[in-house]
Amino acid sequence: MRTLKFLLRKEFRQIFRDKSILAMIFIMPTVQLIIMPLAANYEVKNIQLAVVDRDHSSYSQQLIAKIGASGYFRIVADPRSFRDALRLVEGNRADLVMEIPAGFERNLVREGAQNLALSVDAINGTKAGLGAAYLTRIIGDFNTDVRLEWVEPGRFNPMATIEVTSLNWFNPRAEYRFFMVPAILVLLLTLVGGFLSALNIVREKEIGTIEQINVSPIRKWQFILGKMIPFWVLGLIVFTIGLTIARVVYGIIPAGSLLTLYVFAAVYLVALLGFGLLISTFSDTQIQAMFVAFFFIMIFILMSGLFTSIDSMPVWARTIAYLTPVTHFIEVMRMIVLKGSGLADVSRQLLYEGLFAVVLNGWAILNYRKTT
Amino acid sequence: MNTKEQKAIVCRDLTKRFGDFVAVDHISFEVERGEIFGFLGANGAGKTTAMRMLCGLSHPTSGQAAVAGFDVYRQQESIKRSIGYMSQKFSLYENLTVLENIEFFGGVYGLSDAKLNRRSERLITTLGLGQEARKMVGSLPLGWKQKLAFSVAVIHDPAIVFLDEPTGGVDPVTRRQFWDLIYEAAGRGITIFVTTHYMDEAEYCNRISIMVDGRVEALDTPGNLKHRFAADSMDEVFYQLARGAKRAAD
Amino acid sequence: MKQLLVFIRKEFYHVFRDRRTLLILFGLPTAQILLFGYALSSEVRNINLGVVDFAKDPASQQIVSRVQSSRYFNLKEAIPTYDAMQRAFRENRIRAALIIPAGFNGDLRHTNRAQVQVIADASDPNAATTITNYLTGIIGDYQRELNATAALPYRIGTETRMLYNPDLNGSLNFIPGVLALILMIVCTTLTSVSVVREKELGTMEVLLVSPFRPILVLIAKATPYLVLSLLDFTLILLLAVFVLDVPVRGSLLLLFAESALFIVCCLSLGLMISNVTASQQVAMLASMMGMMLPTLLFTGFLFPLENMPLPLQWISRVVPARWYYLIVKAIMLKGLGFAAVWKETAVLVGMALALLGVSLRNFKIRLA
Repeated sequence: MRTLKFLLRKEFRQIFRDKSILAMIFIMPTVQLIIMPLAANYEVKNIQLAVVDRDHSSYSQQLIAKIGASGYFRIVADPRSFRDALRLVEGNRADLVMEIPAGFERNLVREGAQNLALSVDAINGTKAGLGAAYLTRIIGDFNTDVRLEWVEPGRFNPMATIEVTSLNWFNPRAEYRFFMVPAILVLLLTLVGGFLSALNIVREKEIGTIEQINVSPIRKWQFILGKMIPFWVLGLIVFTIGLTIARVVYGIIPAGSLLTLYVFAAVYLVALLGFGLLISTFSDTQIQAMFVAFFFIMIFILMSGLFTSIDSMPVWARTIAYLTPVTHFIEVMRMIVLKGSGLADVSRQLLYEGLFAVVLNGWAILNYRKTT
Repeated sequence: MNTKEQKAIVCRDLTKRFGDFVAVDHISFEVERGEIFGFLGANGAGKTTAMRMLCGLSHPTSGQAAVAGFDVYRQQESIKRSIGYMSQKFSLYENLTVLENIEFFGGVYGLSDAKLNRRSERLITTLGLGQEARKMVGSLPLGWKQKLAFSVAVIHDPAIVFLDEPTGGVDPVTRRQFWDLIYEAAGRGITIFVTTHYMDEAEYCNRISIMVDGRVEALDTPGNLKHRFAADSMDEVFYQLARGAKRAAD
Repeated sequence: MKQLLVFIRKEFYHVFRDRRTLLILFGLPTAQILLFGYALSSEVRNINLGVVDFAKDPASQQIVSRVQSSRYFNLKEAIPTYDAMQRAFRENRIRAALIIPAGFNGDLRHTNRAQVQVIADASDPNAATTITNYLTGIIGDYQRELNATAALPYRIGTETRMLYNPDLNGSLNFIPGVLALILMIVCTTLTSVSVVREKELGTMEVLLVSPFRPILVLIAKATPYLVLSLLDFTLILLLAVFVLDVPVRGSLLLLFAESALFIVCCLSLGLMISNVTASQQVAMLASMMGMMLPTLLFTGFLFPLENMPLPLQWISRVVPARWYYLIVKAIMLKGLGFAAVWKETAVLVGMALALLGVSLRNFKIRLA
């Protein structure tokens, strides 16, 4: 215990002495947590729509007005021809083109049916899919309006109608930042903790001080623990700063208990730092450690469900995702913060995280050799 | 076993191979308690490798060795409690102050707070570092760093201290002071095991061994060696032995 | 000239000797391409859906079996009560619930009007929207089938054409993004860190006192990374075309030329970072944290730029990757020629010249 005390005192002194690193530990996540959710916004709004209106009828005007009022679309231009519209798409100034053929109103009324042509820039599938879906829905609503205008209500009755009412739980206004902020906090915590711990032991190797440790009676677990605890404390501080920002800047107040959140964060940090220290014990230079850490953290983040849903992955990919500590923490953050899940609800994830912590740290201790 | 406990270091056919390369080739020697033992050899002769095995930093391939009565295979951690070590590369923490370094290394060797205070005070006075005690070690001149590193290496009064080229790159005056520190430590009963390039330093040792291509080619007092090789100085002894080396110095 | 070649060769040795560097150079792009290609999709599938069927009548069962046969949904379990549903949401076992009220079939038969409720977990808002859309669609189909005999009058139909990507191949969107990201990392991070490393180790001094002109030192440092970046570019392109079926519709030559331009731009950025940082750690953190996230965010390949607040949109204009992303999309996926990308090209040329100028000047100042 006494040895550990001296190790910890030394580590804390070194961390607090390096002002540029310290600034990065605290300022980087703060700034990024304020900026990133603004940038990482996938609310599908402001879809740029170009309308080629060849009809210029009152119906076509009504339809365009209805689309414009929906809030999803920005009608960017009024091109004369499809060629002109396509040019807008090529120049990224339009995402969608709707062509209203000449005689739209007349045909609809006289012949009872008329088609509209939609052309979607489908390079970005999500945007294309959601954009087309919204537009089709608005056109459908417009269709109902038109029908009501012409058809006697009595004639409708024989039709079976199933009304679908939908509710958005846990985030009633479907605000994207509620989804992103908790996850981005995890991401930043992971970047800071992962890199710092990965660079730490290897730094002592590079400057040679590790030799002096290795000839001393310091135990391996004491050494690893001495490295871990300071970053663990820093990580919890960063986590607290992050929660404060989420509350003050974004008005996100965890629906679940803070205690549960901290219990999970504490276990997660042990796992993450164990991972970083493990990389550090494998590497000879800081550059190597950084590259390896970067490689894994990049994969972790992509697989974590931060940007894309894990349920949609094929089975092999889902398996990898579940073998990644970050995944569980992001899931749990969203569960506790948005849904108010309790400790019992997240016990499975907590167990996984605990296993990661034990395995990664155990491996780091085994892999750190005082004797070669 | 009994004799081993009398000796600071006993080494029998100690060998270290890296693949095909035999870095240390069946070396055998003994070091008495309280002795200043010089461990000489050209670059690449295997000195550092041999020393790292004795310190428990590296596993021997074969042979036996006991340091402070402890076996280098099974009792490395016990060895580590009884030795001090100063590596070739300066290895105190440059971003900690003089006092903080002393406190850290004293602490991890289990000195009590009272002892720690007494020793660090004494150490600072001996080294004349009163003004610098609260300065970062990184800002000290090299000579002082080396003296400090040595003092830290013996702060827990180890049975043996291993010094790997402790005076490399240091001016002659500081080297002289450094050797005063060594004598002072030896006077307290600490066995000194030192590698060096400087042949004048070899003369300060009680006994020296000279390694060539992984083997100990000579081992005796400086006087006897000079006599045996009919040389005026240790320089000459060394040249005569090292001339036959096959390994290129790196 | 010969000296320069010797020098460049030394730099190549440095790069290739380190396995971990190669991991980043070739492992990361390969892993990313494969992950994006096969594992990550923005499509919402395998949704765990809970059905709370209070009706348990023929109509409700028909709806349930339709949902079950849809490839979007996983029907894990029947949920008996409202409380059980709430618990399932809290434990993350379901992403959405379909609630069919008691007497559903009766309502439908007798009054021709019935209701179902969809509750979606909107902690992921886009997924919630998509799930609701899917379910509404399935129920709408069922409803149409019930009414198969009666045709709706005054019908406005839509014909939707997917431009550039008729199969909705998800890879198309991210390939330009991954290209930009990887080239950015290789050029900026590796260059800055390797130069700073030489500064730290003191070997830079040796180069600077050698008879090389500073510009040659810079060229020699940058050449291996230029070559490696082009190799990486080729690797990504080959994987994209042959593994992920992404088409190259425009001129390959133009694509290469534009990529070379982007690479030079990033190399200059890397040199500049190395000029202003003293330690490897700072250079790494600066290029990783400072470059990575902006590149991820501000190219527009993960999140649409037009959703960002204006100040961020302005920031995105100084990120070279943003312009390169537009260029690659235009040439590779839309099959456009130089005329369509001259503006973006001009921006990149301007950035490259400015960055190179600044780093050369700093370099000389340090020499003086």
